[in-house]
Amino acid sequence: MQHVEAARRLRHYLEARQPAERFLHGAICSVALAELRSGTSLGGHREELDGRSVLLAARDQLPAALALIELDGIARRVVLCPPDLATEHLPEIAANAQVDAIVSDRDAADFANLEIPLHIRATSAIRPAAAPSGDRRTIWLLLTSGTTGAPKLVSHDVASLSAPIKPVHEVPLWGTFYDIRRYGGLQIFFRALIGGGSLILSSAGEPTADHIARLARHQVTHLSGTPSHWRRALMSPTLRAIAPSFVRLSGEIADQAILDNLRAVFPRASIGHAYASTEAGVAFEVNDGLAGFPARFVSVDRGEVDLKIEDGSLRLRSSRTASSYVGRDAPALRDNDGFVDTGDMVELRGDRYYFVGRKGGIINVGGQKVHPEEVEAAINRHPAVWASLVRARKNPITGAIVAADVVLKDSSIHDGDTTAQTEREIIALCRQNVAPHKVPAMIRFVPSLNVSETGKLLRHGPS
Amino acid sequence: MTIKATVISEIEQIANQHHKILAPLTDDAILLNTGLDSLCFAVLVTRLEDRLGVDPFSTSDDMIFPVTLGDFVRVYENAAR
Repeated sequence: MQHVEAARRLRHYLEARQPAERFLHGAICSVALAELRSGTSLGGHREELDGRSVLLAARDQLPAALALIELDGIARRVVLCPPDLATEHLPEIAANAQVDAIVSDRDAADFANLEIPLHIRATSAIRPAAAPSGDRRTIWLLLTSGTTGAPKLVSHDVASLSAPIKPVHEVPLWGTFYDIRRYGGLQIFFRALIGGGSLILSSAGEPTADHIARLARHQVTHLSGTPSHWRRALMSPTLRAIAPSFVRLSGEIADQAILDNLRAVFPRASIGHAYASTEAGVAFEVNDGLAGFPARFVSVDRGEVDLKIEDGSLRLRSSRTASSYVGRDAPALRDNDGFVDTGDMVELRGDRYYFVGRKGGIINVGGQKVHPEEVEAAINRHPAVWASLVRARKNPITGAIVAADVVLKDSSIHDGDTTAQTEREIIALCRQNVAPHKVPAMIRFVPSLNVSETGKLLRHGPS
Repeated sequence: MTIKATVISEIEQIANQHHKILAPLTDDAILLNTGLDSLCFAVLVTRLEDRLGVDPFSTSDDMIFPVTLGDFVRVYENAAR
């Protein structure tokens, strides 16, 4: 039975439940999923993509979603580019994924420097076409941030992405604050498709109130986002216009305050938080309304997901994990026993484990990873800086925020005006060189940093 | 400086640093419509903690998220008491 499931292509799920009543709702328009059964959103160029390694780089999520359904089984690989991907990384990504076709709603001229021979326009308009018949095991490459430079490519397929999904009784009308080109959003896209339901897509730059108004208009029943997404939604005066029966959080640590706040606003909903990462897939869901997870989840050879804790970090083994990183010099993703190290540090208190931060000082700002080394490199470019240490500082809005301790070359400077000016310059320098969520929110000037015996900066968990 | 003036001056500074255009900062302004994104609010709460010595969002378990600027200032005024 599992074999049959594993061989399914995404388009097969279009047949579930009542195809004529299922939709993908974008910010501008909606598409009936039934139309895709004998139609194409790729302007009749589907055959040209047969066996290609496709860079899917659409601005809008709706054409991206339609292209994903169509390309699965046809393309050899699909690279899912989120909308905020820096264009400077595209050449390295294209080389590592051996891209030989681009599917995008943007102009071919935007990708001219990549010298990819085939550019096909992704649209939200369905034209009649023969039913697709490709049966290739398409590899889905998701992006995850690396220590420096271009994001890493993480290899999944429909089998690993759909493995966590259980059959549901009610027909879900899913909504998500995520983008479907990220793992958390992609899971919801799969849940909507496989569960026989519909999906209301988010839209980059859309005001929260407008997004919630769309969720209300379509009468969303299932809604997911990171704790940061939810905190923002809780600040919206219109949140009470929706009444989802199923509320999910993932991508960041869900603290007790956010769980309690959601319980107060949606008293009848099933509210749970899931642990998942791009590399490790979905590990578990916690549905008892409490932060952390029960210690009994940590077990090997007893369920679908093996969990163990080594050196304080959570490690996972299951059919849901990615198979590998892809590209030149790609590191191993699994250890010899097949476990993926999530890098998430946990601590046992009583009979529950709690997440306490990231290994290697990696900072999670609203679900987006920040490697301190990258920010330190940006700070250290300032001519007055001797050394810097970037660390996580706890934050009630985004879980954590970037803070920096900086040692100046001239440690005798204590004049407030001079340091305030230097602080402004450092922040301006960071804004030029790193993404906004990586720019330190505050800088503290310190006389020295702690260095270990091996000469490395001593990093600590969130302060 | 009053708490309200501190909050407004920090909001203006953060908006400037993040190149955001602010809506008029009246008491009944909806926070999400002021022009600040989640990251800006996160920075705001951190800077206010440093300036006012309180982070009411982390210290109170039954915290309800503020909707208007007036609500937001009141949360800090109550916490500072």
